Amino acid sequence: MSVPVIQTSSLSRRFGEKNAVDDLTLEVQAGEIFGFLGHNGAGKTTTVRLLNGVLEPTAGHAKVLGLDPQREGSSVRARTGVLTETPAVDERLTARENLSFYAELYNVPRGEVVSRVDFLLTEFELIERASEKVGGYSKGMKQRLALARALLHKPEVLFLDEPTAALDPVATRHVHTLVEALARREGCTVLLCTHNLVEAQHLCDRVAVLEQGRLVALGTPSELTRQYVRRLDVDLEVDPAQIDLVMQTLLQYPQLVIGAPKREKDTLTMTLPGRECIPELLSVFIGQGLRVYRLAPREADLEEVYFAIHGGAE
Amino acid sequence: MNTRAILAIVRKDLKVALQNKGVVLPIVILPLILFVVLPWIMAYASSLTGMSGASMSNVDELLKRMPSGLLNELSPYNQEQQMIVFSLVYMLAPMFLIMPLMVSSVLAADSFAGEKERKTLEALLYTPTTDRELFTAKLLGAWTAAVAVALLSFVVYAVMVNAAGWQSIGQVFFPNWMWIALVFWVSPAVAGLGLVVMVFVSARAQGFQDAYQTGGLVVLPVIFLMIGQISGAMYFSLGVVLLVGAAVWLLDIILLRFASKSFRRGELMTKF
Repeated sequence: MSVPVIQTSSLSRRFGEKNAVDDLTLEVQAGEIFGFLGHNGAGKTTTVRLLNGVLEPTAGHAKVLGLDPQREGSSVRARTGVLTETPAVDERLTARENLSFYAELYNVPRGEVVSRVDFLLTEFELIERASEKVGGYSKGMKQRLALARALLHKPEVLFLDEPTAALDPVATRHVHTLVEALARREGCTVLLCTHNLVEAQHLCDRVAVLEQGRLVALGTPSELTRQYVRRLDVDLEVDPAQIDLVMQTLLQYPQLVIGAPKREKDTLTMTLPGRECIPELLSVFIGQGLRVYRLAPREADLEEVYFAIHGGAE
Repeated sequence: MNTRAILAIVRKDLKVALQNKGVVLPIVILPLILFVVLPWIMAYASSLTGMSGASMSNVDELLKRMPSGLLNELSPYNQEQQMIVFSLVYMLAPMFLIMPLMVSSVLAADSFAGEKERKTLEALLYTPTTDRELFTAKLLGAWTAAVAVALLSFVVYAVMVNAAGWQSIGQVFFPNWMWIALVFWVSPAVAGLGLVVMVFVSARAQGFQDAYQTGGLVVLPVIFLMIGQISGAMYFSLGVVLLVGAAVWLLDIILLRFASKSFRRGELMTKF
């Protein structure tokens, strides 16, 4: 197995009495889109800071691209790109000046600065307003500029902190396409911090859920679904002439169906306690001569996983 | 040290600072008042004093309180000329130090506290620049600008002083060696002092204005020097200037050591 691009071992960071990151151990593989989920203050941003050598850990250690961020922070940051939670662009400079400045700091070869900056301004549809002061930009434009800045030096690892928070749906889709292309075609590893569970579901190969700095769940979205979401919603299509009979039958098996099924035209939607109830339910239908045309389980999404992990408080 | 990155930060900081009216106005207005308007007012007031007998006795009293070293330096001049030379060459000398001090602190306030206010520091901290490079760049930009403005102010002041005093003195009487030492030895040190003080102040300030107002207290030693000179307790001789310069450089070195220690990414991320 290849060496992980990001590796943390009991990584911890305290701020006074508060554990911002608590005993975090995980690995991220090359080319993976890895999601970091959690409430505000769960420790996502602090982890990004620790992995880039911007903050020092209180305990534990990390490796990024085989380097120790604490001792070799500069070398790590030369190979990573970070989109911060706020765009952090200089509003008194133009978009071109902003990118050119950071191109110098990221050591983009002098001869390539202009072409690289123009390429990214075009890619993020900012080229027409590239000579305007960024202060006049919309939130979304600033966010796109910040994302362009993170990509200036073609990083091997990209940290994205809420990349689509201020973007409209079209720009959001553009960012998703870009992130997928970076990971799938160019082998860039992406660590995505997001509140947007649909985004995480759509983009991430694996996700980690943090709660008060602790890792509470880790796996692919489907692994987490199986692990955390026991209940299963299913759609059941039966012979329309038998639909009332099916309803009555289902109500006699509370161990197989939770609550009353909902009827919508010829389809019933119901919640089962788990996947293992499906064969039993089918035996009941067959035993009673009920004609079932379709029984389709609905895959739970990360949103359900997330709420299941957080005790359904939300 | 990555000089390319350092120079990029210096250029960017100056460019951004010069778009801030709060930075530009004091840098333009203060030298205009101190080094263009004030010499003419002082020279005019001194020549008026020379015409009045009563005022002349007051001048006589004032000069009598001055240290003997200063009186020796003024001895080649008549009483009216003495008043002009005293006011333009000696009395305003400590005031000149306000210039590098003010410019460096206003630029440093914009560079450190302003960066915090504009929330642009975090992106900078994620770049490959080391803490040392970042610290050097931040100081270098403000320091270079402060020294450049001080030099320019000195040249303007030299022209203004000689022009304003020409009618009474009839020869070029400025600068003397004390001023040369003041400009090239003390003012770079004083600019450094303004910077390091602002590094500490900015760590606790909420924004540019807050830092600038708190950091403004750094001009107090200069005010004390002025009072000392006007009261006759001391005067800016070449020796005193060299000594003051050495003391400020020493203070700079000590404070810089502390400042550079506190200028670490982790600290900046929590304090700035």
